[in-house]
Amino acid sequence: MSVDAKARYAQSHEYARQEADLIVVGISDHAQDELGDIVFVELKEAGKRLEKGQVFGTIESVKAASDLYMPVSGSIAAVNEALQADPSLVNREPYSGGWMIKIRPDNAKDLETLLDAKAYASLVGEE
Amino acid sequence: MPFIPNAESDRMAMLEAIGKKSIEALFADVPARKRFPKLKLPPALSEQEVLREIGAMAAKNRGADKVSWFLGAGIYNHFIPALVPALASRGEFLTAYTPYQPEVSQGTLQAIFEYQSMAARLFGVSVVNASHYDGATALAEAALMAWKLDEGRNKILLPEDLHPEYKAVLKTYFSSFKVEIVEYSGAPENAALDSGCACLIAGYPCFSGELYGLKAAAQRAHEAGALFIVHADPLMCAILESPGAQGADIVVAEGQSLGNAMNFGGPGLGMMGATEKLMRRMPGRIVGEAKDHDGRRGFVLTLTAREQHIRREKAVSNICSNQGLVMLQSCIYMAALGAGGMKQVASLCYDKAHYAASLINSLKGFKVKNRSFFKEFLVSTPIPAQVIVDRLAKRKIMPGLALSRYDSKKEKELLICVTEMNSKTEIDRLVAALKEAVL
Amino acid sequence: MNLSPEPLVFELSRPGLVGCSLPVSDVPAAQLPKDLVRSSIDLPELDELTVVRHFTRLSQKNYSIDTHFYPLGSCTMKYNPKANEAAAAESGWKNIHPLAGHSEAQGAIELIYRLQENLAEIGGFSSVSLQPAAGAHGELAGVLMIRDCLKARGQGQRTKMLIPDSAHGTNPASCTMAGFTTQTIPSGKDGNIDLKALEAALDDSVAGIMITNPNTLGLFERNITKIAAMVHEAGGLVYGDGANMNALTGVFQPGKSGIDVMHFNLHKTFSTPHGGGGPGAGMVAAVKELAPFLPGPIARKRSGKYELAMPEKSIGRLKAFYGNFGVLVRAYCYVRMQGAEGLRRIAENSVLNANYLRARLEKTYKLKYTRPCMHEFVAMGDVAPGIRTLDIAKRLIDYGFHPPTIYFPLIVPEALMIEPTETESKKTLDDFVEAMLSIAAEAKTTPELLHNAPTTTPVGRLDEVAAARSPVLCFRG
Repeated sequence: MSVDAKARYAQSHEYARQEADLIVVGISDHAQDELGDIVFVELKEAGKRLEKGQVFGTIESVKAASDLYMPVSGSIAAVNEALQADPSLVNREPYSGGWMIKIRPDNAKDLETLLDAKAYASLVGEE
Repeated sequence: MPFIPNAESDRMAMLEAIGKKSIEALFADVPARKRFPKLKLPPALSEQEVLREIGAMAAKNRGADKVSWFLGAGIYNHFIPALVPALASRGEFLTAYTPYQPEVSQGTLQAIFEYQSMAARLFGVSVVNASHYDGATALAEAALMAWKLDEGRNKILLPEDLHPEYKAVLKTYFSSFKVEIVEYSGAPENAALDSGCACLIAGYPCFSGELYGLKAAAQRAHEAGALFIVHADPLMCAILESPGAQGADIVVAEGQSLGNAMNFGGPGLGMMGATEKLMRRMPGRIVGEAKDHDGRRGFVLTLTAREQHIRREKAVSNICSNQGLVMLQSCIYMAALGAGGMKQVASLCYDKAHYAASLINSLKGFKVKNRSFFKEFLVSTPIPAQVIVDRLAKRKIMPGLALSRYDSKKEKELLICVTEMNSKTEIDRLVAALKEAVL
Repeated sequence: MNLSPEPLVFELSRPGLVGCSLPVSDVPAAQLPKDLVRSSIDLPELDELTVVRHFTRLSQKNYSIDTHFYPLGSCTMKYNPKANEAAAAESGWKNIHPLAGHSEAQGAIELIYRLQENLAEIGGFSSVSLQPAAGAHGELAGVLMIRDCLKARGQGQRTKMLIPDSAHGTNPASCTMAGFTTQTIPSGKDGNIDLKALEAALDDSVAGIMITNPNTLGLFERNITKIAAMVHEAGGLVYGDGANMNALTGVFQPGKSGIDVMHFNLHKTFSTPHGGGGPGAGMVAAVKELAPFLPGPIARKRSGKYELAMPEKSIGRLKAFYGNFGVLVRAYCYVRMQGAEGLRRIAENSVLNANYLRARLEKTYKLKYTRPCMHEFVAMGDVAPGIRTLDIAKRLIDYGFHPPTIYFPLIVPEALMIEPTETESKKTLDDFVEAMLSIAAEAKTTPELLHNAPTTTPVGRLDEVAAARSPVLCFRG
């Protein structure tokens, strides 16, 4: 399983990566592997403001379903529409084509409260 | 006991393999003081005796097999073609489990898929699930589904003219939540919609039989951002425009009338269909088409991530067992009657009900209150309706439902239902008996 | 099994055909409301024999109890006596209308009354309601009763329900529908509820606990009376999930052992057919304090007449009319054929059969919990490298057996949950053991047989991922 060194991670396996003034969010390679073949991703609409820890969507495989949690507080600036047609992007390229939402953070420094790549790798036993 | 196949010698051999001296020893975990209580039950009966006892109890009922039947109000007396129970009662259907193992359940799965497909066409929707307990619980779950869609909307608009037992069920299902259930009267498009409404519910037809077109209501509900839920008579949809075509987001129905006996009101068939957009929000089991590795077509339970065995406390609903066999009966019924037969039965109901209504409306003191109806209509009576029901019982006629059963203020209202089961002669007899009952 | 592909009803359709002759109208035609006339309904059109062959052929693509051994854990797939069907087919039942008035329906209400009385005695409860249409419906009733009972005690702030980690998914889902939050209680090393974890969870927000006994591991909750006492002491109530009552009929009365409210699945323990998914019946029973809250109406006897009435503080109606009455007739027929003695034999033989299978399989299929089981047990399917429980299950089909319940309970990896029921013979159990042992051997020598299974069925393993990604839920011809 790969861990994107440029991203930070929530305990609930979402990654958050700074790109210009936005934060790109998806789920880690480890998380997609645990869930298995993703069949459906449902995301809240762009424009919605949510607190850290609130649910921004759900993800479903054949055998499991999981809520997706905001890694930082902010408003949703964009959602990945491509996942509607092809949810397997989350399996194939979780850190690139399989991104889920972009957040305009209330406070960019909130990112620092998350695990760094090394700490996350050790959390999921990937060292 | 004929249902235990092992002989004493088998049991001994099995105990030996287990390494226990007695069957009682297998129950050592059960607290000793509580173990093997003496149950105070009547002694066991043989098959012959039990069937005689049950037959005698059944014979005490006076139902549509003994009496001319004009009572509907949610459960209807319709003809059931002989092939429906003959096929549905085959052991391979009757004694199969929920089709969790698709390779050995293709019969049940394909039948569900066919039911979903036929019911979807009947209702004019994209997807129908594999059933709820009955029409009332289907309606309650549809309203729950609408409410859960948007946490900001906490009002549900309900027709005042809805079956009182359906209202009661809805109330129970919502009793743990802060939701306002508001009743409206008259046509659904006149309901007081606002941005706090999760859904607008309409009857098609209403409990009183009153029939309203749905287009205007659908448009108004959607303008307010609410879902439009329609409780429909499935048979009526064979001749009148489907709720889906008129803009319904969710259609629910009691499917008992499609090939199932009245059975004192259960088991019924809760039917639920919805637009494609709501597919992954629907409760209940859903069957989809799939392919195996050789490209052969098969069917599987799908979209299961909505369900309780995966989502647990976050599931759309807690439903697990449904009304599988009742659904199968309705599936066979729709297949056997087909487009032509369904239309014919619905037309017979419509024509006979209108024939009866026009005669009753001409009786002195009686007045049909509906402007438009399908097979059921409300009549105001010159004397208390329950008195008429009691008087006609002596003449082996069940003329309908006295609404005083549900509302003491509606003392002089009789809800009459006419189906293809009622011949012209029978209808004429009803009319004559009504006339004489109030003399 | 019928292996030939069977077209869909739509594909068999021929224009203008009808599968049942209908009467010609004997009244004048009435004008339909003009703006609502439907132009077409696009349903299939078939002759009668085509319909008969179609559904007969479909039926032959099913495994069923009448044709195959069905050791599905927690589902109690026992034989459904044919007498039940004969009893339910009486025209006096089929033709009685729910709103026909008490005087017209004395026989039906009497049957409900008698079944209530019998089931209350079997469970050791004060009162019973036959309203719920299924087990999950009974659970909803039970947790709503707990909610209202706590409110009546002035304890409405109790909103947390405790649920063991081995519980069915319906338990937490029912709690959500009743407005409760849930907290999971882990199982201890012996597979029973961990008493320390329970004690720690018991604060004044606890509404109660939902206990399945025997639990889904097939183990009797040995501390049941103690657990009930702890929860009662803390101000909560105890819900009993009766899914596994087949192990306990005539053996143990939950209502006399600390359970306050409980549902039974009549389609499991009381042999009513499962019908490919339902209808079931999930009667709910209560001790004296909770009886006034039962869903209604329920039957009672007043001066020789039977009537239906709502209990005094009822949670209300859970469905229209009076439960799945046709199912109740079957359950009554079954109970009357058993009597007290027969009911005890059911539990004894179901437990004997399960322990026999356990003893014969445990060397090959490892157990996480090794003590004697009740009516079912949970083994693990990872008998060789690269082999999963799913492979064992699918290969069993090629041997002519319905697979056990798999991947449940969630706390046992690669779970195979096996419940033989009392109606299977030693011969059938021996054949099943031989198949299981043979499959375990194949798993080591010829694993491809397992990976490719089943091959003896109308279709092989289906692509469920593709089916869920782009769902086809209706015929689109």
